[in-house]
Amino acid sequence: MSTQTHISGAPRPLPGWAWHLGVIAFVLVWYAMYSQLIPVSEWIVSLLPVDRHSHTGEALAFFFYDVPKVMMLLTLIVFAMGVVRSFFSPEKTRALLSGKREGIGNAMSAGLGILTPFCSCSAVPLFIGFVSAGVPLGVTFSFLIAAPMVNEVALVLLVGLVGWQVAMTYLFFGLAIAIVAGFVIGKLHLEGWLQDWVQDIHSGATDVAVPEDESLTFSARYRLGIEAVREIFSKVWIWIILGIGMGALIHGYVPEDLMVQIMGADAWWSVPAAVVMGIPMYTNAAGVIPIVEALLGKGAALGTVLAFMMSVIALSLPEMIILRQVLTMRLIAVFVGVVASGILSVGFLFNMIF
Amino acid sequence: MKNIKVYGPGCKRCETTETMVRDAAVKLGIEVEVEKVSNPRAIAMAGVMSTPGISVDGKLVHAGGLPDAAKLEGWLTT
Repeated sequence: MSTQTHISGAPRPLPGWAWHLGVIAFVLVWYAMYSQLIPVSEWIVSLLPVDRHSHTGEALAFFFYDVPKVMMLLTLIVFAMGVVRSFFSPEKTRALLSGKREGIGNAMSAGLGILTPFCSCSAVPLFIGFVSAGVPLGVTFSFLIAAPMVNEVALVLLVGLVGWQVAMTYLFFGLAIAIVAGFVIGKLHLEGWLQDWVQDIHSGATDVAVPEDESLTFSARYRLGIEAVREIFSKVWIWIILGIGMGALIHGYVPEDLMVQIMGADAWWSVPAAVVMGIPMYTNAAGVIPIVEALLGKGAALGTVLAFMMSVIALSLPEMIILRQVLTMRLIAVFVGVVASGILSVGFLFNMIF
Repeated sequence: MKNIKVYGPGCKRCETTETMVRDAAVKLGIEVEVEKVSNPRAIAMAGVMSTPGISVDGKLVHAGGLPDAAKLEGWLTT
């Protein structure tokens, strides 16, 4: 009986130093491969029966360079963030935020939104957990806005594909929108617009169980990082391929002067149009950033593109449907209105400055 | 007989967790009753904030992410 346990049980855990060495070796191999991406992609395209400088050739080169690049960047960063996030949990974040005043609470909440592991499928339990522990409504919203919008996938892809200046801009203004929108929602005092059953919890303060804190070994944290990579790939690879495919089409076929006309800085209406278009589109950062890269390359205005990207990621229909269980339609409308106004301001601001 | 509840709104990890619990129980030869709680409201009322969560005989032992196989066996046997 015991032999079977040994065969099917988990392999004997590696010591911590072996994990550290393994991670260092992995990063070195990663770097060596990453530096060879351009030659390899050009080589692949040269094998294909297309002219490198034709529309199709341009689109293919874009595709074969971007897909492995995005995949590699994602692997590294999602792993690193998986390890970092193992130090955070929604329970700890809630403890930090409960009873915090608005203002400073909104800022902390948006920051923690980046670091706390969060999946939109547990948005409702998390919302209830926060509100029942005395986290103000506006502070909770700051978290719910920042968590999906400003994430490591978005930032890394922006750094890798578009440039670090745009990435920092996105980080700064993404956080600003989360903080200000949460603050505004808090000031409106809309607690009465929660669904009835949520209000009962709110006033009654249900006891929230917390499993005993288990401190993790470093090898367990590394394993969580690997788990995060596996999950990202099982979930988002299709979006990446689709996004890069779209980007490749834009890159190869859309004429530049048309793009400047539609999405250039002179077309003021393009910002609201980008926000409205972004709401029903549901993809994540991994899918939208290759499109962003291609749009910018074709002369679309930065503010318009940022507005589009923020709207796609932060205002998603599926998330609203999930939140419908705790929020009334009126509150969802306010949420969308406030966040959309923030995105609009950022879009106009950037088109004015740049 | 132990009563196990797996809390999760139906994402993939929650289903995997349920399978893990059942498999572990079979492997250890323990009789369990596994209940899947997928109503977000019920999950929230149980005090689970990050899913999937696991409770054994009413006591919450795990929340957030896939459980560690060795720990899972520990919860089932104690």
